[in-house]
Amino acid sequence: MSILVGTDTRLLVQGITGREGSFHARQCRDYGTRVVAGVTPGKGGTDVDGIPVFNTVRQAVEATEANTSLVFVPAPFAADALLEAVDAGLELVVCITEGIPVLDMVRVKRFLEGKPTRLIGPNCPGVITPGQAKVGIMPAAVYRPGPVGIVSRSGTLTYEASAQLTALGIGQSTCVGIGGDPIVGCGYLDILPLFEADPDTKIILLIGEIGGTAEEEAAEYIRQHVTKPVVAFIAGRAAPPGRRMGHAGAIISGGTGTAESKIRALAAAGVTVCPSPAEIGRTVAEVARRHGLLD
Amino acid sequence: MKIHEFQGKRLFAEYGVAVPKGEVAETPDQAAEAAARLGGRAVVKAQILAGGRGKAGGIRLVNSPGEAREFAAGLLGRPLVTAQTGPAGVVVRRVLVEEALEVARELYLALLVDRNRARPLIMASAAGGMEIEEVAAARPERVVRVWVDPAVGFQPYVGRQVAFGLGLSGEQVRAAVETVGALYRLFVEKDCALVEVNPWVLTADGRLVAADAKVELDDNGLFRHPEIAALRDTSEDSPLEVEAMRAGVSYVKLGGFVGCMVNGAGLAMATMDLIKLAGGEPANFLDVGGGANEERIAAAFKVLVSDPDVRVVLVNIFGGIARGDVIARGIVAAARAVGVRIPMVVRLVGTNAEEGHRILRESGLPITVAADMAEAAALAVKLGKEAVG
Repeated sequence: MSILVGTDTRLLVQGITGREGSFHARQCRDYGTRVVAGVTPGKGGTDVDGIPVFNTVRQAVEATEANTSLVFVPAPFAADALLEAVDAGLELVVCITEGIPVLDMVRVKRFLEGKPTRLIGPNCPGVITPGQAKVGIMPAAVYRPGPVGIVSRSGTLTYEASAQLTALGIGQSTCVGIGGDPIVGCGYLDILPLFEADPDTKIILLIGEIGGTAEEEAAEYIRQHVTKPVVAFIAGRAAPPGRRMGHAGAIISGGTGTAESKIRALAAAGVTVCPSPAEIGRTVAEVARRHGLLD
Repeated sequence: MKIHEFQGKRLFAEYGVAVPKGEVAETPDQAAEAAARLGGRAVVKAQILAGGRGKAGGIRLVNSPGEAREFAAGLLGRPLVTAQTGPAGVVVRRVLVEEALEVARELYLALLVDRNRARPLIMASAAGGMEIEEVAAARPERVVRVWVDPAVGFQPYVGRQVAFGLGLSGEQVRAAVETVGALYRLFVEKDCALVEVNPWVLTADGRLVAADAKVELDDNGLFRHPEIAALRDTSEDSPLEVEAMRAGVSYVKLGGFVGCMVNGAGLAMATMDLIKLAGGEPANFLDVGGGANEERIAAAFKVLVSDPDVRVVLVNIFGGIARGDVIARGIVAAARAVGVRIPMVVRLVGTNAEEGHRILRESGLPITVAADMAEAAALAVKLGKEAVG
């Protein structure tokens, strides 16, 4: 089972002829993901290591029955690529691109309303279901199949958390990087129900950071609807207000978005909040053991 | 990116939003001449990007050109310290000399993107002159909020909701609808992150005038607006932050002594948290980017060693797909090129990490290799404290 990506994923890569796109298309394929097509306008009819390239997403879908897209298109053109993918009716679109203007994402989100497509990202590492499919740029070596579902706003911090888990012999069902921008496709509230319903996911790890109120809303959702144990880590307790911490969305403004507020809300919802980023793996292991999920 | 009030007002005027008559002055004499042209009575406003100018004495109503000259002379070329500038303040290079409005009411108007709803949000309040956060906390019923559907954009009914919500009537409703519509067009067309008018003045003779203009641009949208990108004024930023920005490194100066270099924003924040948990204080936030290439690492080292507060450097790189030995060579080359002499603690994960560790140990540089994040942070804090003592 797992969520979003798996053995039935048929991947197309938008921006496949670029440096990043071609490199990661190969990496995804090497992992075992079925990479069936690429799209670069004007390069239709060529191929990247045997992966056929099309001019439009619609052509690629018609020819290959691709159901998922991975987007590497540069920021100035990324919103257009996302709209094209949504219009072609793909089930899942994962956008790696960083630096997309906020108002472009406002238009993309509006276009997504009422459509079946799920968007992950932008400015995210992608989605991996260890042992089945990798749709993103994450280092495959730090993952192994197992019971922990991870949802995170961060990239490398999620690699770190996964590596800690894997080092303890605890694998992951699916890891979803939702991205660090102020406006992203799927948020915690879209991913948590999928993990709750997924029989392969026994325990959920939520990794958040300062800025916005997504973690507070996730806490409320968890309190009402999530029966599986949840562990969380919130980055940025040492961050000052009013300064953007790398991610466009990571800023404490007007008193909202502090780590303390998020930690308080999550703890009140029964989530085990890990105090140190070096203890994420051990905390998950402890909670799993307490719930009889590990031998 | 922020732009100055006078630049914001020029944009407002381009879009047909009423602003006070005014001129920018760079010398006391220019300020006096500008005041004379306005009839003597005028408002003189220090032009700095930081907020809190009014309370800090950066704005004054003057009654004659002589008074304008005197007040401008006290501001120009000197630092102005506000609640937002830090103790050293910001040197005032220009003042805006404007007609003094006869104020009947002060309103508040702002446009921003609501990140939860992913829509542009128009906020207004009848309590102009106050911070919107204060109004929202004390009198939430007085804050008018209207979200705009990006599929159809601004419509007159949106403006009417704002106007009637503020208790306007008659001709002022029409004027308010026009202003809100114009600012919405500006907001969208120029990729703004914030447009704030506080106060938005209703004058004694019934005109609506934007007495202030706070415009912040979405950095990611600037590539579409080179004419606005050219307005960037870095004179109020820390020189280290300006240098980091040029190198494409995401850097924020903080107060502590442990300089850190990390790849990825989330891991960088987590590393700062760990330094604090270990009893130290981070000197900065620094994200060299997911790829962590040699060029960026060199630029980051340069910034770190230029910060006089930094006594130890903590490098935390989760290599991912990049090879550990390649990153280690990058760190060594960059540290040599920049001439890093303070102790460095490096935590490096990635394929070939052992080879990377060997390269770091045998580099002859003051590098200690740590096995994990917690050990690295603890060691860096210890070395930093020893360096202080």
